[in-house]
Amino acid sequence: MMFKSILPRIHGLFTVRNLVIAVPMVWLFALAAAPLLLVLDISLAHMNITSVSSIWHWADDELTLKFNFGNYLYLGDDSLYFKTYLSSLTFAAVTTLYCLVLGYPFAYFIARAPAHLRSVLLMLVMLPFWTSFLLRIYAWKALLSDNGVVNQGLAELGLVSSPLHMMHTSFSLTIGMVYAYLPFMVLPLYATLVKLDGRMLEAAADLGASPFKTFWLVTVPLTKRGIIAGSLLVFIPAFGEYVIPELLGGPRTLMIARVLWDEFFSNNDWPMASAVTIVMILLILVPMALFNRYNDETKLGDKS
Amino acid sequence: MKNLFGRSLFGRTWLIAVFIFLYIPIVTLVVYSFNDSRLSTAWTGFTFKWYVDAAHDRELIDGLIISLKLAFMSATLSVIFGTFTAFVLVRYGRFKGRGMLASMANAPLVMPDVIVGISLLLMLVAMQKWLGFPERGIGTILLGHALIGTSFATVVIMSRLREIDHHLEEAAMDLGCKPFQVFALVTLPLIAAALVSAFLLTFTLSFDDVVIAAFLSGPGSTTLPLVIFSRARLGLDPSINAVATVIIVVVSIGVIASSLYQLRAGRRRQREVAEAYAQVKN
Repeated sequence: MMFKSILPRIHGLFTVRNLVIAVPMVWLFALAAAPLLLVLDISLAHMNITSVSSIWHWADDELTLKFNFGNYLYLGDDSLYFKTYLSSLTFAAVTTLYCLVLGYPFAYFIARAPAHLRSVLLMLVMLPFWTSFLLRIYAWKALLSDNGVVNQGLAELGLVSSPLHMMHTSFSLTIGMVYAYLPFMVLPLYATLVKLDGRMLEAAADLGASPFKTFWLVTVPLTKRGIIAGSLLVFIPAFGEYVIPELLGGPRTLMIARVLWDEFFSNNDWPMASAVTIVMILLILVPMALFNRYNDETKLGDKS
Repeated sequence: MKNLFGRSLFGRTWLIAVFIFLYIPIVTLVVYSFNDSRLSTAWTGFTFKWYVDAAHDRELIDGLIISLKLAFMSATLSVIFGTFTAFVLVRYGRFKGRGMLASMANAPLVMPDVIVGISLLLMLVAMQKWLGFPERGIGTILLGHALIGTSFATVVIMSRLREIDHHLEEAAMDLGCKPFQVFALVTLPLIAAALVSAFLLTFTLSFDDVVIAAFLSGPGSTTLPLVIFSRARLGLDPSINAVATVIIVVVSIGVIASSLYQLRAGRRRQREVAEAYAQVKN
């Protein structure tokens, strides 16, 4: 009796459609979701001398779960972590702001360029993006070091008597971050700016709005979407950036990814590293949700 | 045009200034690859010796070979799984778990590399403990790169799938094609260009990555970025500049050639459409 009712249901599960759905489902679950669940699990464990304790205990036919919130409490206690999270958020915010200030007029001018020039200019924006990110960051070391290109140029011009100390400061870190993430800001901005209806701007001007007023009251609101997308595409990865602070930052430019790296490789404290990771994820969940909402909105917008 | 940035002197200056900012590091890399002096960044004379050095540097060459292999495999896997993900998300309508699939595909796009690296490494360590495999090496880096690649490939292929006319697929279905035939004979050729772009993008992502590889590499799987990164941490090394110059030249030729090709293909398509339209009208 039972088999008769279950069998067709099982059979119905293995349709071609379901198998096709299963392929990306299993692949992404195994590589994206399962590891994160494991990180959550380990963050609630503690470190025995060489191995990680388990939060799952099986004894006397009973499964008990032991959560150790010690790692999270320690994160709250030690002001270094708080300072580092705060400093990472600040660097990410400053990077986003500079990218916006530099990138908006830049994208605007590309979008207003004659059509045949536009594709060439866009290609020039994309070209550095295709060449190694690591090498381009490395290049800034040669530019900004005490006997580097910039200091030599300044000395040549007689502007400085002793070299400016720029490497391994928040200055070099910010320059590197703005440099690396600028294209991520420019491309979404360009995408909204190029669709901007020039007649709207003419109408505003005809009605007596000053160029500044037109820009602020017409152009900016119409390109809000590009501004939000670009800012998130810069802010989120900048917050978790490791390579740039490692190569261009200094001992005083605290970034959370470096602390995480050290916790993992130098201190070998995996539960602590996992707790740091979980808090990082919680901190980027808000901008991530915004990003997803923006994505959904544009999808809906495409259909209409 | 009267507006704030228009085609003004200000606009042009801004454009040129930002382009200089974007290209100065690249120019510096290339120029210093020909500089005679090792220690100072001052220009002391023209030389090719760093290219000779780099060509004889086993660590760099081995790293390059590993990275190329890895990038090729990662791009292949990414395009395959990205096609599956994009197809399911665009063509299958509503199904249970669609939201979950979409967010699992989106997450690696915005997740910092350190998090992807750490979480995968912890999982691999746990697997090794319980199952005895896999050993860390090229294969484990490949998993990390293919995950990131799948997400990026999904975005590229999804946008193309949305663009193409699904009536063509329906017509094939009406004419008696099986679903698989429709996919292989109609859908695939229509998205072929997007598959190529996705392949190139995911190849580059893998070839560039240092963070995920640092977490997932084992003995004998030191990729080129890992070699460069460990040297860059110590200071400046002119053979890195030589490698950088070679990469820059190859990539620039590739990017310029492909955009020229796309430009021509676009114009040809426009002309064909115009001709077809003219014929219909006559």
